[in-house]
Amino acid sequence: MNPPAGTGLRTANAPTELPPVPPAATRQRGRRARPRLGRLGTIAIFLAPALVLFLLLVIVPILVAAYTSLFKWNGFNLPENFVGLDNFTRAIDDPVFLGDLRRGLILIALSVLVQLPVSLALAMLLNQPLRGRAVYRLVFFAPYVLSEVTTAVLFTLVFSPNRGLSTTVFGWFGAADLGGSLFADPATVLYALFFVISWKYFGFYMILYLAGRQGIPKELTEAATTDGATAWQVFRHVTLPLLGPTIRISVFLSVIGTIQLFDMVWVLTGGGPIRSSETLAVTMFQYGFRRFEVGYASAISIIMFLLSLVFALLYQRFVLRRDIEGALTTRGVQR
Amino acid sequence: MTTSQQASTSARVRRLTLHVVSIVIGASIVVPIAFGVLGGFKDNGQLSTNPLGLPHPWVPGNYTAILASGVFWRQLGNSTLIALATVLIVVGASAMAAFVFARFTFRGREFLFTLFAVGLMFPFTVAILPLFILLRSMGLLDNPLGVILPQAAFGLPVTIIILRSFFRTIPGEVEEAATLDGCGPFAFFWRILLPMARPALATVSVLAIVASWNNFMLPLVVFTDQSWWTLPVGVQAFQGQYADDTARVLAYVVLSMVPALAFYAVAERQLIGGLAGSVKG
Repeated sequence: MNPPAGTGLRTANAPTELPPVPPAATRQRGRRARPRLGRLGTIAIFLAPALVLFLLLVIVPILVAAYTSLFKWNGFNLPENFVGLDNFTRAIDDPVFLGDLRRGLILIALSVLVQLPVSLALAMLLNQPLRGRAVYRLVFFAPYVLSEVTTAVLFTLVFSPNRGLSTTVFGWFGAADLGGSLFADPATVLYALFFVISWKYFGFYMILYLAGRQGIPKELTEAATTDGATAWQVFRHVTLPLLGPTIRISVFLSVIGTIQLFDMVWVLTGGGPIRSSETLAVTMFQYGFRRFEVGYASAISIIMFLLSLVFALLYQRFVLRRDIEGALTTRGVQR
Repeated sequence: MTTSQQASTSARVRRLTLHVVSIVIGASIVVPIAFGVLGGFKDNGQLSTNPLGLPHPWVPGNYTAILASGVFWRQLGNSTLIALATVLIVVGASAMAAFVFARFTFRGREFLFTLFAVGLMFPFTVAILPLFILLRSMGLLDNPLGVILPQAAFGLPVTIIILRSFFRTIPGEVEEAATLDGCGPFAFFWRILLPMARPALATVSVLAIVASWNNFMLPLVVFTDQSWWTLPVGVQAFQGQYADDTARVLAYVVLSMVPALAFYAVAERQLIGGLAGSVKG
């Protein structure tokens, strides 16, 4: 945790190492030698805005959720009907909640096994010298800046049975009926959802991989090529291992993102048909803001939080340990 | 002679394959958007019979009606106001905190920094319910501050992390020189550090604007008063209201995409550089 060399006067042991300043000199400058309190005061003033905002609007809500998850509460007045962990045991018996977990796992598996490899392959393609590749990059990344809501509304219409684009496109393959029903059929809705999510986010991962790829020194791949390795061998034995840190972080982001998935599902399907695309966040939202079972909804929030946290800690402990420090989490987490 | 010819042929085939793959994927991005843009110029009859082709005749009425109505402009204004206010607060507070984390040592520094870093894992989704209750008790529902302040708070972790690593790259000599010239920490921060950090500040600002612009859940629960709706909330409500009028909804979606895409065109470098940089740490 040592600060890098040359981070200035005020790092390391600054207060003790300051040379004793003759009082006269201090008065000359019209300023007192800063005692310890002054330095701490400066620190406090600079930290205060961020710390107040963060504690009040990020940390406190999490604690409030943990507290209200122990009550059967409709969200009005003060919670008084203490039920202990009943909301949590209720979740474990709730087929909707269990379905949310299963759907979450399916979406995570699809993201990690399909979306990320495809993004990686595209990044490798666009790393080649190719006329117009700047344009391709620009286009591939564009959906990332669109909001999830506009994306979702657009695709509701693309897949609309009457006037949608998908009916025509599927019609070319003789499956016009399928085109309009993907979001209406419990068997296909999750995959259709995954398609739209990938449409929006693959460019994001592609950019991460491209950045990672460009961080690999040219000499390494060139040396392998000179030694007679095929393009695939270079990729498999040189590029891929060196991309390790980027890939591990992309998996992390993808899993955490999927656990929290809300906007896209809410707008595209509302969780339907018959809850076949409902996610944890959608279930939480419905109980919290539609049925006013705030206690139960808080319990689901806390479960989502714990899932993210446990995943993050385990991932950090077993997977990320080697590569990062200070990027997404810090070493402090491990201690 | 033959080998070099073969090599150039295979290189050409390779390049052609790359182009074909890229074009197919590019088309899957562009075609749905083009369907929206052109669909907005059709009427619903045309959309049923001819969803893919050019409008015939062109019907600009959907677009002009929305642009003339005022609702769209108000939502655009709300989104802009909220995004700008969020950015000012989050970048200001983060820069100050990152300055402390980068250039001071004190007991508890690592703990505090870790606290912020762990905050990366709390998106609105987890906190939305208690946040709503909290904002209600503070009287911030139907108040833009009810969206601005939480957005700023949730934006702190990533902004602080990026800025801290940038501030650390500014050599200590600069600070020493400034101190010798009589610069206190405030003057150093304001007159030297921030100007030097302009590229990093631009990057985090762009990231914060995109995040604010796209936020849906928070404005959805905070604003029951329609006059405060932002574009994402407005788009969803518009779809609910005109569910049967596909062409009109398409026009609204397309118009709501225009500012985001225009911003992307201007700030692309900052955005992409920022995302790539933030993950590398």
